[in-house]
Formats: sequence, C-alpha cells, structure tokens
Amino acid sequence: MDLDLTEEQEMLRTMARDFLTKECPKTLVRELEEDEKGYSPELWRKMAELGWMGLVLPEEHGGMDMGFMDLIILLQEMGRNIVPGPFFCSVVLGSLPILSAGTEEQKKRFLPEIASGEMILTMALYEPNARYDASGVETKAVAQDNNFVINGTKLFVENAHIADYMICVTRTQEGASPEEGISLFLVDSKSPGIKCQVIPTMADDKLCEVVLENVSVPKENMLGELDKGWRIVTRALEHAIMAKCAEMVGGSEAVLDMTLDYVKERVQYGKPIGSFQVIQHYCANMWTNVATSRNLLYKVAWDLGEGLPVAKEIAMAKGWINQAYKFVTERAIQCHGAIGLTRDHDVGLYYRRAKAAELAFGDTDFQKELVAQQMGL
Amino acid sequence: MDFGFTEQEEAGRQEIREFLRQELGTVRTWTTPGEAISKDFTRKLAEKGWLGVGWPTEYGGLGRPYTEQLIYSEETMYYGAPSGSHILAQNMVGPTLIRVGSEEQKREYLPRILRGEITFCLGYTEPNAGSDLANCQTTAVPEGDDFIINGQKMFTSFAGQADYAWMTVRTDPNAPKKHRGISMFIVDMKTPGITVRPLETMWDYSLYEVFFENVRVPKNAVVGELNQGWHYLTVALDHERVFMGGVVAQHRRFFGELVEYAKNTYRNGKPLSKDPIVRQRLAQLATDLEIGRLFAYRVAWILGKEVIPFAEASMTKIFTSELEQRLANTAMQILGLYGPLGRGSRAPFDGYAGWEYKFSLMQAVGGGSNEIERILIAIAGLGLPRP
Repeated sequence: MDLDLTEEQEMLRTMARDFLTKECPKTLVRELEEDEKGYSPELWRKMAELGWMGLVLPEEHGGMDMGFMDLIILLQEMGRNIVPGPFFCSVVLGSLPILSAGTEEQKKRFLPEIASGEMILTMALYEPNARYDASGVETKAVAQDNNFVINGTKLFVENAHIADYMICVTRTQEGASPEEGISLFLVDSKSPGIKCQVIPTMADDKLCEVVLENVSVPKENMLGELDKGWRIVTRALEHAIMAKCAEMVGGSEAVLDMTLDYVKERVQYGKPIGSFQVIQHYCANMWTNVATSRNLLYKVAWDLGEGLPVAKEIAMAKGWINQAYKFVTERAIQCHGAIGLTRDHDVGLYYRRAKAAELAFGDTDFQKELVAQQMGL
Repeated sequence: MDFGFTEQEEAGRQEIREFLRQELGTVRTWTTPGEAISKDFTRKLAEKGWLGVGWPTEYGGLGRPYTEQLIYSEETMYYGAPSGSHILAQNMVGPTLIRVGSEEQKREYLPRILRGEITFCLGYTEPNAGSDLANCQTTAVPEGDDFIINGQKMFTSFAGQADYAWMTVRTDPNAPKKHRGISMFIVDMKTPGITVRPLETMWDYSLYEVFFENVRVPKNAVVGELNQGWHYLTVALDHERVFMGGVVAQHRRFFGELVEYAKNTYRNGKPLSKDPIVRQRLAQLATDLEIGRLFAYRVAWILGKEVIPFAEASMTKIFTSELEQRLANTAMQILGLYGPLGRGSRAPFDGYAGWEYKFSLMQAVGGGSNEIERILIAIAGLGLPRP
C-alpha cells in the first residue's frame, strides 16, 4: 500500500497549478462565460504545448504515455481552476474511446491531432428524453451503400459548436435489450444536415443541441462493432465519471481554501468569524467532505487504472462526490455571507458548476440505484 | 500510488481470520466487541502474540506496521472478538508506556499486558471534566514517599472489572494553565479508599463512577514525568485512532446481514430489497462504509510516516460514529414494526438493531464528543483561530 502521489505526479500537480493560476485567472473564466466560443484558443494552444491533450495517449500517437491516474491529477487541478473549454470532451469523451475501441487507421487519423490540440472532439450521447441509460438512445443510423445515414436530436452535447468531430451514439437496431443495437460513429461536425445550437446553462459550459437530419457518415467512421457500441459507451462513461469526479474534487478543494482564507480574515464582533464554533463546525464538515471525496476518487481511479471491477465503486464515487461538492459550495456561500451571493465573487462560479456537475452522468439517486443493482438487490 | 495489499498483509489477514472463525464461528457477540469482556478469549489472543501486534519487538510485540494493525483490528471487530479486557491496555496504556514510561513500569506492566493478565480502565472524565478534560479536579498530593488521591471519576468504562486505572490527576493546582498541572497515574483498583458504583445505561451494560477517598499510592504510580499528563493523554489518544477505523468492519458485518434480510423478507408480495427507498438507503450505507474503510487506511498510512493525523483521526471518529447511528436508524426503518423488538423474541438479528440504535448514541458522545472533534479539526487541522 502506498497512498502518496509519486514524485512525477507531485511535479505534474505543481506544474499544472502554477500554470493555471497564471494562465487561467478568474477574469478569464468570467470572460469566457460570456464568450460565444467559450474557450481561449491561446490557452488551448499553451495547454497543448505542455502535452496535456495527449497526456495518456501512447507516444506513437503523439502522446506522453502517462497513466490514467496522472490524468486524474491534472483534471483535479483543472477543476480547481474551473478551466473553461473542451479539454474534458475532447480528451476524455473523445480520445479515450478512440484509443480503446478505434481501428489502427482511426487512431492514426484522430489521436495525433487531438494530442496536438488541432482537432477538438466531443461525444453526442444524451437526447431530449434526458435518460442516462441506453434506452435513451433513439437517434437512428441506417446503412445505405457505403454510408450510414443518421437522423435524430442530441442534447446536452458539450462544446459541439466548436468540435471538429463528434462521437455520435446511435441506434442501428432494436435489440432484445436497450444496450443491444447501439453503434458509434465519428461524425464530421461540418457534415451537411447538422444543425448545432448552444443552449444557455447554469454553469455557462456550452452545452449544445445537435439536430442531425439525413447526415451521411462513411462506414469506416464507425467506432467499434455494429450494434455493439454500448460497451464502448460504458467504458467511456467509467472514465468520464471518474474524470468528472476529479474536476469536482479539485473544485471543492479550491472552495474550501477560499472559505478558510475568508473566515480567518473576516472580523465580526471584534473577532475573526473563523473563531466561532458554528463556523468551525461548518469548516470541519466541509473538510470532511473534501478529504473523503479525494480519498475515494484516488482509490476508484486507481482501481480503474488497474483494470479491477469498478462498476459499483464508480457509482459510489459519483454519488458521494456529487453530494460533497454541492455541500461544500453551499456551506462556503453561507460562510461568506452576502458577498458570496454576488457575481463578483468567485465562490458562486463554483456553486453553479457543482450543481451542473452533479447532474452530469447521473445524480446521486441514479448512482445509488446503480450501487443497489451491483449489490444484487 | 498503490491501494493494494502486500502479500504479508493478506497473509496476516488470513491468519487472524482463520483463527477467529474457528474460535468464534459466525455467532454474533451481541454487544460491541470492544465492550465485551472475556479473559479467556483475551488470553487466546495473547498466546498468538496479537495483543502486541503493533508494539516494538524489543518489548515483546510483533512490530507490525500500522496498516497491519488496522487489518488485525478490522478482523477482530468483524468477527466480534470480545476485547474489553485488553483493548485499552493494548492500544493506549502499553504504547504510551513504551514511549514515556520508566524502565520499572515497562517491566512491571508490559509483559502482563501482553499475556492478557491485566485489565485497565480509563479515568479521564469527571463530573466537571467532560469535554473540558483539562478541568480535572481529582487531586494527588505528595505525602512522604506516596501520593494521596482524592476526587471522583465518572462514566468510566470497565471500572467494575479493571485491575488498574490509567488516570489523570491534578498535581499542580497553581499551574498557569489548567492542562499544565495534570499528571498521569497508574492506580491499583484494589487500593483502599476506592469505591466503584455502576451507572446503568440504556444499552444494558454499565459505565461506572469511581470515588477516591484518601487513596494512598506509591510515587512510582506516576507515568513519565510529573505534570506532563496532558501530553501523555494526547499521545495515548493518537494510538487509539488506528484501531478506531477497524470498527467500520463491525458495521460492515451487520450491514451484510441487513442486506440479506432485505433480499429475503417479503412485504406486500415482494422482497424489501425491491423497494426503491430501501434500495437507496442500503446503497447510501454501502457507500458510507466504503468511505469509512478507505479513510481508516488513510489514517494508518499517515501514522506509518510518523506523522500524527490530528484532523484525519478526529474525522474518522466523527464519521464512524455518525455512520453507526445512520446504520442503526436505517436498520430500524427497514425492520419496521420488528425494529423495536427486544432480545430473545421474534426480533430479527436477536434485537441487535434496536440495541445498536441505543448504543450508537454513545459513540458520538464518548471519546471526545463530535462537537469537540470538529473544533479540533478546525483548529489543529485547518488553522482556524481559537474561540
């Protein structure tokens, strides 16, 4: 047992923290909330130069060949800084499924460009029915000559408006179970028949509606096997959920830090409010939530990286961290009082994102039901 | 980073598990193992060397690292090994004597603790020293070669069975700060002038009041240096932390039984486990138990680096005690009308759920109330100013 980060991981963390503190101040975060694209091409380029987009990709595909745990640590820092942009959707939702399920040709074609930051990917999974599971996939893909023709509406698609390609999850057959008959396609976002629209959201995180009308995709752009795509999605979601958890833990750490600073400085009744027992209890509870979340994050991410069975553990992690991040941001605002309610203060940036993150990939009730299923209930 | 167990850790777990299975089987020890007393069982553990599992080898211990101590603790708690007659000596008295005791005290007590011969009780709490432990008012005044102790201890576990009290006394009433004038004493419970009176609790076993009236003890009753008792008290508490994490295993066992019950008990024509609310509650508990288990390993890991994890240890205490209350409450809710039924009746788990519902209250009060523990986290862990 060794529960410490390796020296390399500590270096990665320090480097990422220093870089993001300097290059991604909250002024930029606020600017990008209002920005149409929602990301800074300059910051994107610099992150690419550091090798972040290819962190876990093999060297032969332009990556740095590091492990999933390293990506978790990087994402924790990105969550701490609430870095806006398509890193999550391009790297986690885009490159990882291609790496695990793509053909050699697909890997050669997509991975080096993702790693260099020149190409942005996303995944079009969810639909207006807002279901988290396979039965939510209603968008149809039908074979026609050497192509598939896709029709349907995808919703809650991250950064589709700036993505070059999207991994589109479609139904190619009505199977015996919802998980059967699902196929994935790498769809060029500029294909004729695609209409994309950014929807305003609580976290200003550029979720899109993507309407696909007779969109033709060449057969060689199928990712994985016909009708057997859900297992790729499951695998992708395992990584995506832990990646999301990493961002959330990073965010909760930042919020705890800013709250501790505030309650040590803010004086009422002639004393720092952090000397009051009520505030101390709030802070102790916030820290407890952060510390347990971080410990669970590392454990389950480690399990996942080691290839151990993790379906139950991932659901536990997301269910727990959902509640923890929400709790921490809510208590943080209470500790800050009225200043925490203003748009000028950073804590609200996290509060809004915590709620959005909770609902991404399944809220706690949903995750608990998965845990119950895994327990054989 | 590596969350896996070493071969030695796995082997250690198998060995103690095998032993406990043979000795205890799957029979529930009805009270919590830390409180149940069995001199016989303590001696059996002693024969295996397990009372000194983390003690240094030069003092007759096995010298195992903290993670292995936690494994030992988890298994004994899971199987309900009765530990009341050795747990304080094993985890607090022994390790503190090894660090600060005199050679004479080490010779006197350590071998007997390791053989499972002597039982200690812990005399910290007094009528006016609850959360404010430094307000200790029991005095020890030097007289010739002896000290004369007067005062009262309260809510003392095991005082009715203990051979010795490991206790705080005030030796310098004029110390500038209250906690500077406290010493740690080891007092033979058979000394004239000591009276023990049981305080019955809701969960059917006793705490005790202990009265000291002109109790004469020799100078060598003082542990370490005079007036350093407060420091030793905190040292002793640190040692307890690693074992506290093991209690999660005890809850994991009951939880497993509760899950089986929910799967096999029909209400309204279907198993309880198919009820969406029951599913949510059990899934939440499963998550809580996993969090608690993992965090105990984090604490053991930090201790292994010779760092004292003040905040993490307090958190473990808070988390596991509140988890125990949630578990008891959820069990009662799932049992419904069967929940409040007592022992030896139609009650599932022989009434354990209802017993735990009462007993779990103590966990959030005893050993530092959760309110005090939260303040410790805030001040010692997070650097917030003192009130």
